[in-house]
Amino acid sequence: MSLLAHLPVLVVIVPLMAAPLCVLVDRAQPVWLLALGAALLSFLCAIGLLLQVPEGGAISYHLGGWEPPWGIEYRIDRLAALMLLIVSAMATLVMLFARRSVEREIPAERVVLFYAAFLLAFAGLLGIVATGDAFNVFVFLEISSLASYALISMGRDRRALNAAFQYLIMGTIGATFILIGIGLLYMMTGTLNMQDLAARLPEMADTRTVRAGFAFLSVGISLKLALFPLHLWLPNAYAYAPSIVSAFLAATATKVALYIMLRFMLDIFGADFALKQMPFDTILLVLGILGILSASLVAIYQTNVKRMLAYSSIAQIGYMVLGIGLATTLGITASVLHLFNHALMKGTLFLALGALAYRLGSVNLRDFAGLGWRMPWTMGAIVVGGLSLIGVPPTVGFISKWYLVLAALERGWWPVALVILVGSLMALIYVWRLVEVAYLRAPAEGAVVPREAPLSMLVPIWLLAGANIYFGVATDLSVGSAREIAQLLMGGGG
Amino acid sequence: MLFGVYGFMTATLFMDLDAVDVALTEAAVGAGVTTVLLLSSLRLTSRWEERSKRGPLLPLVVVGITGAALIYGILDAPLLGDPQAPVHQHVGPRYIEQGPVEVGMPNMVTAVLASYRGYDTFGEVVVIFTAALAVLMLLGIQTPANDETKRAVIGDQLVLRVVVKMLVPLILLYALYVQFHGDYGAGGGFQAGVIFATGFVLYDLVFGAGAARQVLPPRWLLRLAALGVLLYGGVGVVSLLGGRAFLDYSVLSDDPVQGQHLGVLLVEFGVGITVFAVILSIFYALSGRRRTP
Repeated sequence: MSLLAHLPVLVVIVPLMAAPLCVLVDRAQPVWLLALGAALLSFLCAIGLLLQVPEGGAISYHLGGWEPPWGIEYRIDRLAALMLLIVSAMATLVMLFARRSVEREIPAERVVLFYAAFLLAFAGLLGIVATGDAFNVFVFLEISSLASYALISMGRDRRALNAAFQYLIMGTIGATFILIGIGLLYMMTGTLNMQDLAARLPEMADTRTVRAGFAFLSVGISLKLALFPLHLWLPNAYAYAPSIVSAFLAATATKVALYIMLRFMLDIFGADFALKQMPFDTILLVLGILGILSASLVAIYQTNVKRMLAYSSIAQIGYMVLGIGLATTLGITASVLHLFNHALMKGTLFLALGALAYRLGSVNLRDFAGLGWRMPWTMGAIVVGGLSLIGVPPTVGFISKWYLVLAALERGWWPVALVILVGSLMALIYVWRLVEVAYLRAPAEGAVVPREAPLSMLVPIWLLAGANIYFGVATDLSVGSAREIAQLLMGGGG
Repeated sequence: MLFGVYGFMTATLFMDLDAVDVALTEAAVGAGVTTVLLLSSLRLTSRWEERSKRGPLLPLVVVGITGAALIYGILDAPLLGDPQAPVHQHVGPRYIEQGPVEVGMPNMVTAVLASYRGYDTFGEVVVIFTAALAVLMLLGIQTPANDETKRAVIGDQLVLRVVVKMLVPLILLYALYVQFHGDYGAGGGFQAGVIFATGFVLYDLVFGAGAARQVLPPRWLLRLAALGVLLYGGVGVVSLLGGRAFLDYSVLSDDPVQGQHLGVLLVEFGVGITVFAVILSIFYALSGRRRTP
């Protein structure tokens, strides 16, 4: 086997093994380089995988050399490859950004551990995506969650501890529910491999145990996903975490949770069981709509901009599950698209906020006065991200909202389309508040006069902001693969 | 205290279910270490809970619904021990029949854990390592106390001191036995690491904080934990370089079964090192911290 054949596992274990190496190296500067290198290498592997995945098929990799139902399988299809790409690209950009930000925000004696934990959180997310084994999902979920709790608790504000603890409790309950669900499925089928599960479940589908397993899995995943009304842990966690942690988690963690949902519900249980026999589509539809409206409303009233964006994230998750709830191929296409696009928007916005926090030491709305003129590049990126959040062409936000509206109209559900439009208007309000303060209000007397953010921060921010526009114009790649993925997911359960 | 009792009861339940390896783990972790760790963190906070603003009603309802759902869910599940249950029909038989031949060891639990599903176990080791990172990020790495060794109050008890002195070497020896006999009898890296750490914890409890710390400073412990993870992963990398899949131990020797055996011993050793180092460093971090007024 050449090295290329090992890409499915390399993409995960490079950052995974780099974490203990960080601890051995134990010097801040080399450790940062090591983390950046690991992320970059992983990103290159992900690109290689995306090129390798055959049309409509998947790469299967047998860990330990044991063939699937007995051993653990890594299985990379188009959706998994796309997710690996998003996660590793975000990690690379965040690491590029991280050095100065971490220097400022994390106590010196904990920097090494911080980078190690970051790599573990990153590798955990990759592992969840790459695996084709239900129990293996749980193991890597634990790695990424545990590391994320620790990362969030490193925020400078004392309230970060409380937020991390809250997240820990909710996250652990979610993980336990997922574990119970997997256990029930194992009880009925005797297998943990996803393909095998999908093949053996239909004959068992009419038992209470399988239905209970389905229920436990949906609740557990929804907790991890921060689906309304199980979202209470998210705003504080994102608001008080260190800047780069907010940026990375906002752009990846909930996306991976959505990926788990797609994988379990549509691939293992099958679209037929999940969306037709079980009322899962209706539940997602209702919760999605409630999530969009309530979270957007709360976002309007926030004065801490990070918190505002966190609430906006909950609303965006609403859009994503709304797409699944429509239960059509077009709906899933819109969902997958929004997943990809939202990673770009929130990545841009949170990284830009990180740059502001670096210069200002605050992300409160009132400190934004006049920033549009003092930090034009950073604020410019925020405006691009904000426009994308609202869904203004030619940004990516427009594309995914457009497909969502199309999917809703295809079912003839114009009230749903209306909700999407109202949600966009609400986004317009909270983004406008930001822009108004930054560009039209003069800074208070005696306020600190910040300089533009350093170049090492501006480059990753603008790479992401540029991607917001690029993928908004050149839609072939993202829309094309989203459509292919949706067809696979809906067809797989037939 | 109740936690300890609960852990011990669970261990006997596992024993009753013929899951000896799990019972051993539960006895060492649930009944032993967890209690000590809980007590040390209690020492840092206060003994009494603050009155919660919210009533216990909502959590009770949620727990009730969850429990009811669980019971409802398993009503028509296959009975425990039913040989016709899917669990015993699908992947299980191969582990039982082929395990000893393919992996070359009589304890099939170890064979499944370390070879068939060795990647899961690697993940678990990383989880444990992450736990140590998390605790140390929160509490900080304690540098060996520059103030003189604090003597624990119970250290004055002569009988206790003598008994512990006699027990500690036995515990450590037993841990080594469990470590290296995991392929034949019950046990393996997880259990051995915990038991080994228990020996140190016991010594530290009786002879005062700092005594054990001089032998193994906290900073080195964390490095040791990292080394354990790297040993496990390193075996995987070796099999990659040997042209086989990650963690395919067959490359380690000319005879694939020999290779499997060697691989399992190596990764179990990695597990043992990490578990030991992690538990001890968490204990240090908790017990070495002064109570903040």
